[in-house]
Amino acid sequence: MIVFEKPKALTDVPLHYCPGCTHGIVHRLVAEVIDELGIEGKTIGVAPVGCSVMAYDYFACDMVEAAHGRAPAVATGIKRADPENHIVFTYQGDGDLASIGTAETVHAAARNENITIIFINNAIYGMTGGQMAPTSLPGQVTQTSPYGRDVKACGFPIRVCEMLATLDGPEYLERVAVNNVKNVKAAKKAIRKAFQNQVEGKGFSLVEVISSCPTNWGMTPQKALEWIDEKMIPHYPLGVYKDRSAAKED
Amino acid sequence: MAEKVLMKGNEAIAEAAIEAGCRHYFGYPITPQTEVAAYMSKRMPKIGGTFLQAESEIAAINMVYGVASTGKRVMTSSSSPGISLKAEGLSYLAGADLPALVVNVQRGGPGLGGIQPSQSDYFQATKGGGHGDYRMIVLAPASVQEMADLTMKGFDLADKYRMTAMILADGTMGQMMEPVEIKKPENQDFDKSWAVTGTKGQRAHNIVNSLFLSPEVLEKTNFERYERYAMIEENEAMAERYMMDDAEICVVAFGIAARVAKNAIVEARKSGIKVGLIRPITLWPFPKKELARAAESCHSFLSVELSMGQMIEDIRLAIDCKRPVALCNRAGGIIPSPEEVYAKIAELAKNGGCDK
Repeated sequence: MIVFEKPKALTDVPLHYCPGCTHGIVHRLVAEVIDELGIEGKTIGVAPVGCSVMAYDYFACDMVEAAHGRAPAVATGIKRADPENHIVFTYQGDGDLASIGTAETVHAAARNENITIIFINNAIYGMTGGQMAPTSLPGQVTQTSPYGRDVKACGFPIRVCEMLATLDGPEYLERVAVNNVKNVKAAKKAIRKAFQNQVEGKGFSLVEVISSCPTNWGMTPQKALEWIDEKMIPHYPLGVYKDRSAAKED
Repeated sequence: MAEKVLMKGNEAIAEAAIEAGCRHYFGYPITPQTEVAAYMSKRMPKIGGTFLQAESEIAAINMVYGVASTGKRVMTSSSSPGISLKAEGLSYLAGADLPALVVNVQRGGPGLGGIQPSQSDYFQATKGGGHGDYRMIVLAPASVQEMADLTMKGFDLADKYRMTAMILADGTMGQMMEPVEIKKPENQDFDKSWAVTGTKGQRAHNIVNSLFLSPEVLEKTNFERYERYAMIEENEAMAERYMMDDAEICVVAFGIAARVAKNAIVEARKSGIKVGLIRPITLWPFPKKELARAAESCHSFLSVELSMGQMIEDIRLAIDCKRPVALCNRAGGIIPSPEEVYAKIAELAKNGGCDK
């Protein structure tokens, strides 16, 4: 009896991610959800610029590579090209979604665009070698904040779920983490809901996934997972920030 | 034959696009092209299409990129400062070999410039604008009828060659009203097997992408793309010849400048000056052969432009600098008068080709 296998929605290509990076876990969760909902044949994914730029090679569904930060706009076009037959998701990091693409993110949410966004928040720019991100914590040492993020000079990190929750547009916003088994299970549930919402035509659903970057944080994979509990989650509390349909049912 | 109706140039573009099968329009308001968006916002919901006012020109061109990825006809329109914002997307559309139609109803620049007609985005349209080695097919209408016809042609060329076609108009063309016939599009089948429409479990996944980290692969995509560009240069250049058969002076002008030049040429002919006009309809590919042919019989050229002189460089290149090329130009939103063009023609006739 097979008890564990690669999701069909992932290709047979070796991932390029660093040892201990949690992108692999999130890729797997997204692929499992696509398999479970039976939507691979109608799903079109949008890859960002950043570490997950080559996600287009890893997902077995049709894929589009977007310009830096523009994935929600590209996804809007793909969705509107055939709203009945396209399931569209973007997979974006913090620099992509919360810095250069802030406008595209906010306005896709404001329009309640019927798309699913998987947002990887690891508080750093991974692909370019560890620079300060819009979500880097106050005091966090990075290549471009070598003395620690000074909020007087560089401002404060952006809490994306809280910010978007102020809008009337979005259907569903939840922050999860993937640093232990319990959190991974909750993350899977949230990602499934974010896709299910789109299938049901409910609208804009975003799951923020607190993730680790051992390489650029300068930590062992184990220590990086602990750092999520110690530093990241206190600043970025997990939970549901908006669930319009559930609120209506109450 | 369809009935002629009186339309603004901008509206003719929009109606022709719909007739050509475009059901997706993304835009952002900017003078003097906003009528395109307004027209689309009225028409698209009635025909099951999509009109979306994007949050920025950058978002609009990326929405275009999204629809283009699915193989459907899609367009955006803007004016000069907005096209600068779209330049990122134009480069990505080129890099991913996606067909799209982009309209630039030019205004004066640089910077915020002004809102009056201009042709000062010639370089941006024909030489780049975005980063990397790429071209766009650039079509320059000189009447409201051509605003419609070239819009249809632009969609076909974009699909045929998997690239962006740009309508490079100016504020005058966009705003003026003329009788126009919206023709029926030619039925053409284009290969869209590359599009992302969902695998439906029937095929391997399609990937729309402009990233090639291997230098060898990236070089190969560039060389292949330029082979396609060479085909376009060979086959798609278009120009109008006007009173050129016995011309000794060749005026070169496009868009509104060509219409002004024609008036000047008619007057000059009355004075016995043998002058004609070559009006490039495609700015890229530039009608080089037509100009090279003119260089065999004309003693001088005159470029009439609403810019500081941009197309004049392509004229010199097309004729290998064999003849002197003079410039008659106004900038900042001012259109040269027929009298100004006439004076320049008369000067060239007197000096037998010497500008001074």
